[in-house]
Amino acid sequence: MQPNVYVYIAVMALVTYLIRVLPLTLIRRQIQNRTIRSFLFYMPYATLAVMTFPAILSATGTPWSALVGLIVAAAMAWRGCSLFTVASVACVAVFAAECVLL
Amino acid sequence: MIESHGTWYRRGLRDGVPIGLGYLAVSFTLGIAAKVSGMGAGDATLMSLLNNTSAGEFAALGIIAAGAPYLEMAFTQLVINLRYLLMSCALSQKIAPETPIWQRLMMGYTVTDEIFAISAAVPGRLDPFYCLGAISVAAPGWALGTCLGVLLGNALPGRIVSALSVALYGMFLAVILPPARKSKVIAGVVAASMIASALFTYLPVLSGLSSGTRIIILTVLIAGAAAILFPIPEENDHAA
Repeated sequence: MQPNVYVYIAVMALVTYLIRVLPLTLIRRQIQNRTIRSFLFYMPYATLAVMTFPAILSATGTPWSALVGLIVAAAMAWRGCSLFTVASVACVAVFAAECVLL
Repeated sequence: MIESHGTWYRRGLRDGVPIGLGYLAVSFTLGIAAKVSGMGAGDATLMSLLNNTSAGEFAALGIIAAGAPYLEMAFTQLVINLRYLLMSCALSQKIAPETPIWQRLMMGYTVTDEIFAISAAVPGRLDPFYCLGAISVAAPGWALGTCLGVLLGNALPGRIVSALSVALYGMFLAVILPPARKSKVIAGVVAASMIASALFTYLPVLSGLSSGTRIIILTVLIAGAAAILFPIPEENDHAA
């Protein structure tokens, strides 16, 4: 049987949706276990930090412009600027850095 | 203070705009890769609309091109996207326990790295309509970028793509750094995660792990260690 592209897409969509939806639908109560609640409290910080660094350094044309973006974004975020401000200023900083560097 | 679903939805739309713009730029690359692997614009757009996942879709292109077994597709997606399971567990504790099942089913579609990030940053309880608002801009951005990537190739200047890619990472920093400034434990978690992630990326052997596996292993280890060493106070219900 010749593999069909729509079956592939359906399989991947189903698996990915199940991964995303099962905890949301199966865990309907407030978890009481303190260790699990602590784990879920710290989990976003660990995951997002792992995803950000060092991946950000290879997200642009040259690691140097990415480094500029990283420093600017980190400084703005540290000062408590909003998501939108941090994202836009980092954007402009990388654009400007690439105009100079590349 | 009870806010309407409409207010939450509009707030999600607003916070989803930078995500949608970032997705639009990043998914061009996916579209180009899809074209190279022989996929048409319609099929690639459909794949993006139904999946909203960068690494998973890139991997899927290779599997489809190779004509690999369907089971291999299922297994690959499971491994690459397993981090969403952890995110969804965390989100299950952030929404109200009485949230109806249909809202939970819809919310399942919205769990991407970036929407998880902005949802985790919402103080106190999260309304699923916030995530729905965000995905309403983010998913079209992702699908449109994929489609344009297939049709036009690299139409965006490299500098724009670079700038918008970093914007997405900037959002992650905007989510994790302000709480890290207030809590030494969170700061430690963030620092340890970044250092460990760098080691796993550059060291031999460890660098052989896929990014999905790396994210899962390090999250479980570091958040697990923090949970055992520094459990949150009993009162601290949903301060994340």
